[in-house]
Amino acid sequence: MAFWDYANPTRFLRLVHVVLPWLTGLCVLAFAAGLYMSFFTAPEDYQQGDTVRIMYIHVPAAWLCMMCYTVMSISSIGTLVWKHPLADVSAKSAAPIGAAFTFMALVTGSLWGKPMWGTYWVWDARLTSVLVLLIMYLGLMTLWRTMEDPIKAGKAAAVLTLVGALNLPIIKFSVDWWNTLHQPASVVRMDGPTIHPDILWPLLVMAIAFTLLFFVLHLMAMRNEILRRRVRALRLRAASASHPGAAAATAQPAE
Amino acid sequence: MENCPCIEAAGPINKTSFILAWSPVLKLIAENLTIDRGGRRVFQDLSFTLDQGTALVVTGANGIGKSSLLRTLAGLVSLAGGDIRLEGGQADRLPFEQTHYFGHQDAVKPALSVLENLTFWRSFSAATPADVFAGKTVAPLEALELLGIAHTAHLPAAYLSAGQKRRLSLSRLLVTPRPIWLMDEPTSALDKASEKQLLDLMNGHLASGGLIVTATHTDLALDTTSILHMRTPDPSEIAPQEMLS
Amino acid sequence: MTGWALDLFQRDLKLSVRIGGSALVGVLFFLAVVTVIPFGVGPDLNLLARIGPAILWIGALLATLLGLDRVFQADREDGTLDLMLMAGRPLELVVLIKCLAHWVATGLPLVIAAPLLAIFLNLEPLAMGAVTLTLLAGTPALTLIGAIGASLTVSLRRGGLLLAVLVVPLAIPVLIFGVSAADAAIHDPVPFLTPFLILCALTLIAAVVGPVASAMALRFSAD
Repeated sequence: MAFWDYANPTRFLRLVHVVLPWLTGLCVLAFAAGLYMSFFTAPEDYQQGDTVRIMYIHVPAAWLCMMCYTVMSISSIGTLVWKHPLADVSAKSAAPIGAAFTFMALVTGSLWGKPMWGTYWVWDARLTSVLVLLIMYLGLMTLWRTMEDPIKAGKAAAVLTLVGALNLPIIKFSVDWWNTLHQPASVVRMDGPTIHPDILWPLLVMAIAFTLLFFVLHLMAMRNEILRRRVRALRLRAASASHPGAAAATAQPAE
Repeated sequence: MENCPCIEAAGPINKTSFILAWSPVLKLIAENLTIDRGGRRVFQDLSFTLDQGTALVVTGANGIGKSSLLRTLAGLVSLAGGDIRLEGGQADRLPFEQTHYFGHQDAVKPALSVLENLTFWRSFSAATPADVFAGKTVAPLEALELLGIAHTAHLPAAYLSAGQKRRLSLSRLLVTPRPIWLMDEPTSALDKASEKQLLDLMNGHLASGGLIVTATHTDLALDTTSILHMRTPDPSEIAPQEMLS
Repeated sequence: MTGWALDLFQRDLKLSVRIGGSALVGVLFFLAVVTVIPFGVGPDLNLLARIGPAILWIGALLATLLGLDRVFQADREDGTLDLMLMAGRPLELVVLIKCLAHWVATGLPLVIAAPLLAIFLNLEPLAMGAVTLTLLAGTPALTLIGAIGASLTVSLRRGGLLLAVLVVPLAIPVLIFGVSAADAAIHDPVPFLTPFLILCALTLIAAVVGPVASAMALRFSAD
């Protein structure tokens, strides 16, 4: 079976039905291992104490908010270039997940920053870039919500996503430049050139767990989006049906 | 200047042997209506009287001011002169507050369900009490049933076709009883079957003692009608200074 | 009497929530404004803390104005406004209820978001509370004054910008007393209550002037 056959939403749904339980199981296992390692086997920081453990949530979340945007960008190319029927579904369902991870990265970052900087928020280059990314995610989600027709909305959002993807490095660069202009002293960087394996392993496992979580959520969201579109199509058909009986039967299909 | 000669009012045409079951207490009287829009005089000194149970069919070429006349009666266009009265109506309400306007726009919110659209208008538009005329209140679902769109009641109105939206807009007239119906091209976007329903509703409204003013290009088989034909006055009949005033 | 008012309120609220989540857009715009300012003035936390209340107030003002152009325009475009004028309900009250629903859908989320955005500006908890309280008291005035501009520009295709131009001068007193009340709460010797009560008074005045003026403008707009 060729890869393109999965473009068919029905076949995709069947695949999701098979894959999802395994993926969910793997994700739970990875989280169990990762959380155990980060809370019990990883050492405390000699300066920060236990607060360093926030890193095991913060860094994977930050990594995922970038990966999620990458997934959306690839999906957007799929929408615009190949007109793949699942591409805009993928991009649309990835956006809220990306926004959630971005938000999580920001919250954990500022919680971590409180003992280090004495305040919840500093206009540090990294935090600021992530905040800009959050605004872009939320903007994309709003664009999708505002447009009634999913196909049109998908195209518009794909254009914006790709423009954003081109712009993100520029934004990152200018924020860095702006930040160093104002704050010559660099803020504490958590990733030095070398990371001790005791810290690296839990971090890696957590990163894998988060990535799995992303795929579980993404597949679920895509499935829901496909079903949502089917409900919409059925309701549209129900509206035009002249026989009230038939319409009543199709008006509320099981989700 | 005497009455603007652009108006020819024909007498009531009784198409059926229609007997008035009530003494005609309701009477819509328009006296010397004059309207200016955008600095242009649309018409002037238009007068007519409409009795209970009668439909006034306004005919005339495009742009002659049929819609303006209806919007004036609806209280949406201010009068440059003249007076509109409803005899026998509620004294504490203006004539247009006892009027339904069924215009080109459907006033349907796509984001609300069909039923939500209708129940809002039922609650929001003040009803004129039944002692003035015998129009009965129809429950929202029943009204949708009457117009053949009951199966869409719980769907978002966005999913309706143009004709269905039109019928939803029409159902508004049934859920709040008001004696006067102003209908601007009521048959537009309706198919033959719906047109028949519309006519039945309009005749039903007349039979229960309502009044209808409608601007239309198609012949409507209404029970009791007067015809108001509007045509362009000769340019010589309107003095230039009046056009500027 | 209260039945239709409640129905109108609920309908407008439903419409704001269902159509593109206008509350979300407003808050997002608010967030964008607050984020952009440090890029202009620099990330100096002390400076940001000092001008924080002003930034939040200006952000709230702009976000309110942004959402106002559709209040009456959407109703006019589909003919709803015509029917509302004919409904036999006092138009001033209709406008007031529509403004209230609009404020709950778009203004209240701004007030709720304000403490969160205050974190970005390094505001103390006390200052955070003060700004939120002044926004709670003041944003209804912005909506009500903005409604005048919205009804004046209801028939214009690109009324949004003009609306902002028309309304900003009228909103200046609200801004002045909102910011000074918030500032007064932060800097001890200045009394907080005086500017705050004036702010409340401005809101009450706007609750009268706004609906009356917009109702007048809407009646003319139907022509």
